[in-house]
Amino acid sequence: MTLSLVVFLPALGALIIALMPRGDRDETVKRAALAVAVLTFLVSLPLYTGFDARVADYQFQERRPWMPSLGISYHLGVDGISLLLVLLTTFLMPLTLLSSWHAIEKRWKEFAVTMLLLETGMIGVFVALDLFLFYVFWEAMLIPMYLIIGVWGGANRVYAAVKFVLYTLAGSLLMLVAILALFFQHGAATGNYTFDVPVLAQYVMPGGRTQNLLFLAFALAFAIKVPMFPFHTWLPDAHVEAPTPGSVILAGVLLKMGTYGFLRFCLPLFPQASLTFAPWIIALAVIGIIYGAWVSTVQPDIKKLVAYSSVSHLGFVMLGVFVLNAQGIVGGIIQMVNHGLSTGALFLLVGMIYERRHTRLIVDFGGLWKVMPAFSVLFMIVTFSSIGLPGLNGFVGEFLILVGAFQWNRPVAALATTGIIFAAVYMLWMYQRVVFGEVTREENRRLTDLTPREWVVLAPVLLFIVWIGVYPAPFLGLTEASVQALVSQVQAKAAATAALAAR
Amino acid sequence: MLPALVPPVISLRAIGPVLILSVTALVLLVIDLLPPRHRKEHLGVVGLAGVVLSLVASLYLWGADEQAFKGMVVLDGFAIFFNLVIGFAVGLVLLLSLDYVRRQGAESGEFYILVLLSAVGMTLMASAGDLIIVFLGLETMSLALYVLAGTFKSRIESAEASMKYFLLGAFASGFFLYGIALIFGAAGSTNLDRIGVALASGAGRDPLLLVGFGLLVVGFGFKISSVPFHMWASDVYQGAPTSITTLIATGSKAAAFAALLRVLLSALRPAQAEWALLLWGLAVLSMTLGNVVAIAQQNVKRMLAYSSIAHVGYILVGVVAGGSLGNASVLFYLLVYTFTTAGAFGVILLLERNGREAVEVGDLAGLASRHPVMALVLTIFLLSLIGIPPTAGFVGKFYLFGAAVRAGYIWLAVIGVLNSAVAAYYYLRIVVVMYMREPEGAPTDVSPSLAGTLAVFVALCGVIWLGVMPAPYLDLAQTALAPLLR
Repeated sequence: MTLSLVVFLPALGALIIALMPRGDRDETVKRAALAVAVLTFLVSLPLYTGFDARVADYQFQERRPWMPSLGISYHLGVDGISLLLVLLTTFLMPLTLLSSWHAIEKRWKEFAVTMLLLETGMIGVFVALDLFLFYVFWEAMLIPMYLIIGVWGGANRVYAAVKFVLYTLAGSLLMLVAILALFFQHGAATGNYTFDVPVLAQYVMPGGRTQNLLFLAFALAFAIKVPMFPFHTWLPDAHVEAPTPGSVILAGVLLKMGTYGFLRFCLPLFPQASLTFAPWIIALAVIGIIYGAWVSTVQPDIKKLVAYSSVSHLGFVMLGVFVLNAQGIVGGIIQMVNHGLSTGALFLLVGMIYERRHTRLIVDFGGLWKVMPAFSVLFMIVTFSSIGLPGLNGFVGEFLILVGAFQWNRPVAALATTGIIFAAVYMLWMYQRVVFGEVTREENRRLTDLTPREWVVLAPVLLFIVWIGVYPAPFLGLTEASVQALVSQVQAKAAATAALAAR
Repeated sequence: MLPALVPPVISLRAIGPVLILSVTALVLLVIDLLPPRHRKEHLGVVGLAGVVLSLVASLYLWGADEQAFKGMVVLDGFAIFFNLVIGFAVGLVLLLSLDYVRRQGAESGEFYILVLLSAVGMTLMASAGDLIIVFLGLETMSLALYVLAGTFKSRIESAEASMKYFLLGAFASGFFLYGIALIFGAAGSTNLDRIGVALASGAGRDPLLLVGFGLLVVGFGFKISSVPFHMWASDVYQGAPTSITTLIATGSKAAAFAALLRVLLSALRPAQAEWALLLWGLAVLSMTLGNVVAIAQQNVKRMLAYSSIAHVGYILVGVVAGGSLGNASVLFYLLVYTFTTAGAFGVILLLERNGREAVEVGDLAGLASRHPVMALVLTIFLLSLIGIPPTAGFVGKFYLFGAAVRAGYIWLAVIGVLNSAVAAYYYLRIVVVMYMREPEGAPTDVSPSLAGTLAVFVALCGVIWLGVMPAPYLDLAQTALAPLLR
């Protein structure tokens, strides 16, 4: 029941908040929403304490028939791949709500309801073990995010929101057809018509055109969500227009759904095709790493810079996933969490100065060191974390990914490494222009430093940034068993597919 | 010596639901003559009672499988399922109309009587075992709808809708009747089962039969408004009173699909390969044209007209896919579509601005801040039309495209889902306007109507319930189809 509770507690909270009388002041709504999010986080903690890291299989499983005649069931579970992402979601949500305290100025009640529904959708995506159920959460999550960008966003919000939905929808609808095709092919081959992911993952599909097409349909949906290089154009628009909490959730959790989808579905379901397309995907990932970094360098808007840096960082994750060895994948998973923490924190920090100055342009700042020392220090730590400085979390993930990549192909790994150098260029240059030097604008002299509420928002994130950087073993340990199982499953199934073809 | 004259078996049971509706219509004719003269709402209430009674009778008859009047009328699960869909549609339309026609100053006794008579026609179509009965039902339904479309006599759009619907409809009926004549010439019977037997025994290559079938498709294509027989839809949907638009979009469409499916499955099953190809084309054309043209519409009723053309395309995907799953998904989708469309039109019907209906997209600007509940409810209906979970529209599309994939029509499913993505654009435009724009000019208000609100609420419950717990109803549809697919 734990998982169901974690998934549906936010939705329940949303319902209660929606039914609260109109007359209530925003303050009551804010507190209620925060309470629900904190409660959800507390409820999700037993997942961590009760998780057996030695077991590769799904844990906390729940299974009930839903549409038995079509083999659809309500099946939830977590393993080492999804556990950290679930915890990341429940961890970031209260902080995000707290950061919205003043950033969201209108319709707080609707905002709280939308955010909590979004949380249900996001957690659902990570724990659903039935393809139909997964798809339901995957699509259902789209609308709250659309509303958050479109209602509470910036000047060009409607364009960004519609672009976000149409891009994602086009990709995921093709995935729906692929899900159906997989369902019927598996049913025809084994006589067992089911959408159950663990069962489908056992099925050795014949290699060739069908498997390739199905893989591509899934991959397109996930690649748009990641977003991978030629499908990334919705991301800068969405990030720039979204309000601070929207950006944090988008960067912190939503982008991980794409990479998670590759790990959970593409690799085990279509191992042969994954191997076939791995070089292409790695090529796109490396292009994304370098392209994202270059484009970040020239951005005048801090938020847009961080958005493009996400393209670069997610390129690292994709690289780690598709080198298809344990180091790469573990690194990828940790890097997902790291990116959620450090980019989430960057968006929080940008939101804090935006609230004070109502601008995000780099040229409007300078010399913040003098007026906001505490802010500048935290900003520096997060910047270093994003670059991947040893001792902070970013290093662990990128290092493991590069170790994995070196085993796969050295030149590719070397090329990817340049992405870290460029990351130092754009992040440090941006930091230098915003924080160092003389105060260039009069308005900036009166800026106030971090408030206690902002400290509360940032401190937990920084704690984990340092913790994962210094002592990552507990986090890595959670994922290793499941990743090992995944890698051997992919290899075994690819071999079985080849044997099938040879016969 | 002449063969003994055997009178046909007369079974009132088999036409029970039709009979109840007919009697209700006749009772309404009488009540209309009694006072009070200036208020006619009680006719609507009595009509509603008749519809509910017919629904109860249908439920009571569930499980029946019988023919009467020499096979002219069939009462089987299929007919009963459609009786339920039509009953829901007509019931919701009556609820929506109660307040609405009076508010629009067009209340009259005939309105309710004609709605009931159109329901008689629809129900008859669902039970027809003979092309003649199909035609009889079709005409009963259509004649009533032609008049109803022109309810607002003083408005030019309403008169135009009525005239256009009538002229084109009469033309389509001509095609339909001529098709029946040709089929009769080729197969020697108008009975669906006997046409099927004739076809199976080798008459399938008879050009007369094929031409006759082509003409039938024209007639049905008009009634379900599939491309290229859709020309009337946008003007009629826009001009007709909104509650009647709902009836045309839901009840009449369901009835036409009922008759179409029965003709295809009972009479033309041996020629499945041929008609599947034809309907494949119609499905692709309807989905694509409906969605693309809908993007350009500024009037919500017009937009929903094109959206309904697109939805006919989706439903035809299920017909093409065929088999138990394909046809059951058609039945299920028609049920879902009835609730969704009735709900969407219902919300539009409740809104007014400057004392007239708020039917332009711009009228909805800022609705979310003035009437958050209405905006939310309309959003849910629109999401169901797009096919976003957890609404019923998603499950409906899932079944339809699932059936297509299963039957090997992968490309049809791909075209269908890409169309859904296009459709998201124009449905979301309404959400954008409601939530993300500020209102301009006079405020848009919700007219207080208990019956209308109740109808929207019922539709909302349907959309959510069918989205969360669809399995029993799909099973129901499969059970209902079983006798036809034997």
